Amino acid sequence: MISCHDAVRQLWEYLDGTVDQADRALVEEHLSRCRRCCGEMEFAQELRRLLAGPVPADIPAEVQRRLNQTLEEMDR
Amino acid sequence: MDLLDVRPGKTVEDSRTDQRESFRDLASSQLPRLYSIARRLVGDDAEDAVQDCLLKGFQRYDQLKSAESGPAWLTTILVNSCHDVGRACARRPQAIDFDDVERFSLYRKIAYEDPFPYSDSLHLDFLGEFGPEDVHAVLMRLPPLYRIPLVLVHMEGFLAKELARRLDVPLGTVLARLHRGRKLFEKELWEYAEETGLLKEGTS
Ligand SMILES: [Zn+2]
Repeated sequence: MISCHDAVRQLWEYLDGTVDQADRALVEEHLSRCRRCCGEMEFAQELRRLLAGPVPADIPAEVQRRLNQTLEEMDR
Repeated sequence: MDLLDVRPGKTVEDSRTDQRESFRDLASSQLPRLYSIARRLVGDDAEDAVQDCLLKGFQRYDQLKSAESGPAWLTTILVNSCHDVGRACARRPQAIDFDDVERFSLYRKIAYEDPFPYSDSLHLDFLGEFGPEDVHAVLMRLPPLYRIPLVLVHMEGFLAKELARRLDVPLGTVLARLHRGRKLFEKELWEYAEETGLLKEGTS
């Protein structure tokens, strides 16, 4: 079985689906036997959710106006 | 669809005017989306990045193969503009000790510091203290080189492979930057929480 260190190091890549089949199986085997790493896994999933969360990013009217002006003035 | 379509009875000048018009239509329909992506990628420099993207897109409009791929094509230009804007205003070159970053584990740090002594889910409680504005502020503390791939993969749903192609860098480089970006994000979450007193509020 791989060490906790090796399992944790690959958790994000594992969640991304960018580890190869063989490593994937090793991570899964580790997770099936190690509660501590399951905790880390749950935490990594929450972190990803936090990262993907909403950003207040509506375009301000003033910015929209300036950018539209750029478009209007192109090549004149 | 042929964008520079010179039909009989139509002068080259007419076609150029058409081209200009169709670029304007595409760009103005995409403005809110482009701005929202740029906000996530470069924060307050979003407007500059979108300006740059519009100018470059206009210059290279003849490279666009089909109208359907217009939005994706503009996104690629925007991502590169964000890289340029990010480079131009890189505040004082931050020397990051990546060995130190690599060793840092937010999970272990939280367990060790135990900011919520009465909680039996302290890791999730810690993350629960962060609102969208906080997450945005933490991301802005990362150098653009690491922040941009992180945002594109986690917020915009890009695949690392796709990113490598669009940024024209090897896949291994993108994966390495993503890895470092995540570790930095973990470290900055902790430091931000300490500096802003986020955790004190949580325990009171
Ligand atoms: Zn383990």
